[in-house]
Amino acid sequence: MKRQHVSKKDVEHVASLAHIELSDQEKALFTEQFNDILEYFKKIDSVDTNGVEPTYHVLDLSNVSRTDETKPSLSTEEALRNTPKKEKKFFKAPRIV
Amino acid sequence: MLKLHELTARETIKKILSKETTAEEFIQSIFERIHKFDGKVNAYVTLVEGTALKKAKVIDKKISEGKTVGRLAGVPIAIKDAICTQGIPTTCSSRMLENFIPPYNAEVIERINQEDGIIIGKTNMDEFAMGSSTETSYFGPTHNPWDLSTVPGGSSGGSAACISSSEAILSLGTDTGGSIRCPASYCSVVGLKPTYGLVSRYGLIAYANSLEQIGPMTKNVYDSALFLSVIAGHDSKDSTSVNETQKDYTKFVKDTVQGIKIGVPKEFFGEGTNQAVEKQVWNSIHKLEELGASYEETSLPTLEQSLATYYIIAMSEASSNLARFDGIRYGYRVDKDEGDWATVYSQDRKIGFGAEVRRRIILGTYALSTGYYSKYYLKALKIRTLIRNNFEKAFKKFDVIIGPTMPFPPFKIGEKIEDPLALYMSDVDTVSANLAGLPAISIPCGFTDGLPIGMQIMAPVLREDLTLQVAYTFEHNTDFKNQKPSIE
Repeated sequence: MKRQHVSKKDVEHVASLAHIELSDQEKALFTEQFNDILEYFKKIDSVDTNGVEPTYHVLDLSNVSRTDETKPSLSTEEALRNTPKKEKKFFKAPRIV
Repeated sequence: MLKLHELTARETIKKILSKETTAEEFIQSIFERIHKFDGKVNAYVTLVEGTALKKAKVIDKKISEGKTVGRLAGVPIAIKDAICTQGIPTTCSSRMLENFIPPYNAEVIERINQEDGIIIGKTNMDEFAMGSSTETSYFGPTHNPWDLSTVPGGSSGGSAACISSSEAILSLGTDTGGSIRCPASYCSVVGLKPTYGLVSRYGLIAYANSLEQIGPMTKNVYDSALFLSVIAGHDSKDSTSVNETQKDYTKFVKDTVQGIKIGVPKEFFGEGTNQAVEKQVWNSIHKLEELGASYEETSLPTLEQSLATYYIIAMSEASSNLARFDGIRYGYRVDKDEGDWATVYSQDRKIGFGAEVRRRIILGTYALSTGYYSKYYLKALKIRTLIRNNFEKAFKKFDVIIGPTMPFPPFKIGEKIEDPLALYMSDVDTVSANLAGLPAISIPCGFTDGLPIGMQIMAPVLREDLTLQVAYTFEHNTDFKNQKPSIE
């Protein structure tokens, strides 16, 4: 018997956190596939990582900053060119509150 | 005599500079080829024939007037559709970005333009670079020119296929967990993933930003070195850009491996490795030995965990990077004025993203969520440290590490797509270079039943010179680069 890592309800919950709507059929399919994948991810459990620092980035970089000078940037028109919906000089977003 | 589309970049430039032919003739010949074969291969999602011809005429005029021209003068170049090109659609092969036209160029595009390279089109890929077969593209799969019923590898499948089918002379791919090397191996071309930070990612649509690099896909090793020389170098617009001075990498294209020490980790030939692949890669290592290198079998135990580690990190970063696709500033938006923000946003992303992209965003969200962060994401980052340390230790002893690029030859279109985990397994030999930030190249090293096999050569950070030197020596002393698929 395969171990159940996530239930259909868990998948529903995480999908809502990620703001992705799923069909009922897909919820069932994803649950099955996620359990297979998470079972495979168990491979990392056996590694002893006590006292090991995480690597977020392979380069030893510190913050990179530049002088605060204005440089040429996009015009309003150019910035709005790819929006599916606009009004006057603004992006038109769905109702937020 | 070779036809124009059969030439390498180096030969192309020579012919144009010597006025033996013109850039315009080259572009015409390449487009003739594309119109004839791309219906079968589907390497391209967008073509820009008109602007390419115009640009060719400008370069021809410069040459006829005796003006200096750039290092890529007149070379037809294809660009993976994850890299922003001003005024040319950039879709990431996703419905989400089907209508997106970038208002600016990626840094690599600026550098190509400066050197008079000619962009001819944008290539097909797995949606948002998530895949190893180019089957997750919204625009349908790319077909492998060696056998049209098999996958070209992925995610830069279009960029590899167009080089193999002579529908471009150079192309750019991107590599997050093998996405340059995998299709290079499957299409029998040369694909180089540079050291993390060597090539600017400015204008590359991010999938997993701590892992990915843009790199050249070419017909041979010299062209790879030439193209890398153009695109590499510090860029202040990318905060993860390495402060390296620009180099002429073609200097490292030398026919010698005398004294080179090769490490061969047994984990690269693990369970699931095809026997023909194993045999051919070993034959290639013995060939290098014959040419003056020495090799030793070794073990890098952390390679066993690298695939799981990679997928946890990549999915986590993807869930964050792809949060920007909300259908407001750009991207797919459901045609609906009703509903609050969360509902509209969730529907945009349901319809705009394909199944694999949604799978990775949701799993990544899970790996970063309260209660699972330490178990998955943080644990994976710690193992990433161990993987780096393991490589560092190995490179004290060896100049390069060699193994197969792919564990098995190209598979049939449709064969693995229903089983995500089976498809992830194909990345088992490539992901560790991304986790450790190392340069790695895939070069053609043989065939099994008419399908290509690739050999992967990895080197320490910023030692592209070693990968190029070993790769060139092998290429120069074997005949695989001259074998072409027959799609005629």
